[in-house]
Amino acid sequence: MNAREQFIAFMTILRKEVRRYTRIWTQTLLPSAITMSLYFVIFGSLVGSRIGEMGGFTYMQFVVPGLIMMAIVTNSYSNVVSSFFGSKFNNSIEELLVSPTPNYIILWGYIIGGVTRGLAVAVIVTGVALFFTQLSIHSFPVVIGIVTLTSVLFALAGFINAVFANSFDDISIVPTFVLTPLIYLGGVFYSLDLLPEFWRGVSQLNPLVYVVNAFRYGVLGVSDVSIEFAFAMIASFTVVAYLYCMHLLNSGTRLRQ
Amino acid sequence: MVPALAIENLSKTYGNDFQALKGISMRVEQGDFFALLGPNGAGKSTTIGIICSLVDKTGGQVKVHGVDIDTDFPAAKKFLGVVPQEFNFNVFEKTRDILLTQAGYYGIPRGVAEERADHFLKKLGLWEKRDTASRMLSGGMKRRLMIARALIHEPKLLILDEPTAGVDIEMRRSMWEFLQEINAAGTTIILTTHYLEEAEALCRNIAIIDHGQIVENTSMKSLIRRLQKEVFILDCRDDLPEEISVTGFVTHRLDTHTLEIEVEKGQDLNSVFHSLSEQGVCVQSMRNRANRLEEMFVNLVESAKL
Repeated sequence: MNAREQFIAFMTILRKEVRRYTRIWTQTLLPSAITMSLYFVIFGSLVGSRIGEMGGFTYMQFVVPGLIMMAIVTNSYSNVVSSFFGSKFNNSIEELLVSPTPNYIILWGYIIGGVTRGLAVAVIVTGVALFFTQLSIHSFPVVIGIVTLTSVLFALAGFINAVFANSFDDISIVPTFVLTPLIYLGGVFYSLDLLPEFWRGVSQLNPLVYVVNAFRYGVLGVSDVSIEFAFAMIASFTVVAYLYCMHLLNSGTRLRQ
Repeated sequence: MVPALAIENLSKTYGNDFQALKGISMRVEQGDFFALLGPNGAGKSTTIGIICSLVDKTGGQVKVHGVDIDTDFPAAKKFLGVVPQEFNFNVFEKTRDILLTQAGYYGIPRGVAEERADHFLKKLGLWEKRDTASRMLSGGMKRRLMIARALIHEPKLLILDEPTAGVDIEMRRSMWEFLQEINAAGTTIILTTHYLEEAEALCRNIAIIDHGQIVENTSMKSLIRRLQKEVFILDCRDDLPEEISVTGFVTHRLDTHTLEIEVEKGQDLNSVFHSLSEQGVCVQSMRNRANRLEEMFVNLVESAKL
């Protein structure tokens, strides 16, 4: 395939992905808006008003970046895992596998599909957040960079989950038992400074700590970790995940007999 | 002219050590209408899977229009259209969207894809259902949708794995006509089917595969010529006599108006009609008792087991 044909194939996958999640928007876009509204009301307004300041900001301002990032992470991940596993489940993935579309185009089609959903939800959640608090951006390059990298990383993670999943149960195990605990323990609702030294050290092993703090730095200008180190960690995870996804596709793991 | 498909010593052993293909070789010329027959589990679907990249081969070589799948699979795939045995499209997608998406996977620009999709939707009687979710289509329509999808990039080689399974007779006939039409227009077709009359009606050449080996690979005509015996059913106008016989032929009186007669290779039917006329029997119509090819197929598969 020449470059133009590859671009058409990429856009076809992307269009299919966007069509899928917008067709079922009540299952894909709406739940995050509702869940985050509840977080804003309960943790931000009701509980947050009694907590006072954190990191020099109101509690509502402090949790908003983490909650937006939480929506990006879960939506980028779940879009790819459910879509790609669904294609495997109904065998429609064969439509792609028998075509001359290169593997990297297949991967990027699904990944960017997941990224667009993550970004769409981020915009919705940010819009909801503006009803509760004022937001200003400390650094646009950091915000754009970290949002893009994070959604690519978790879309790749969703792809790996989808490749190995044998049932619909398998695609909910990782989000429930791995992703959610990591997000909650990743400093969305608290500053790492509040933790005892031992747990602060343990938290450094949680990749979500870097994601949340880097984004918080982009929005508020404060972070519990070095921003350069956070970027380096996320970029490294992304490169490793990408190479592994390509290996899975090229070897046909769980896709070809 | 390079063959549409050339397979050399193709083998496949699955992870559980099951040897699905034991070094098969075959060649399908451009423009051919080729039948690949075999009992369940013979290796037909594995062969097709390897050709279209859904199954990894263990050994051997596959060339599609001269392009080796090991050296340039994407180029080989452009020549190929595949209609699988099982429905494998997204049932939530609309009929027309499935075709447009498939065209996109081949890098076909949107405008061209829309034109072709509309053409095939009309040609295959799916135009009225173009905006219907594919899960709402009948079984026959789903089969036709898969044929349209396989043709959207105008492949030179079309492989159909049991395309008429579960399709009613009328629909099957119209699909035959359509396939003959695209074959006449130059598309090479490889067909696997359990309906042997279908293979006999459509195909010019045939390979029979059993237990991962080709047990026969010849032209349909030469296969039919090798039939030793045919059984005909004669429908007669009036009541048949209680005692009826035709010298040199084995006959069975099936009911008062129907006679079955076995004709060995080399015997002619003129003497049958002559003898029946002498006995006052008027034959109104005649047909084969069973599919001749089916009998030969069973014989070949049985002898391969020995």
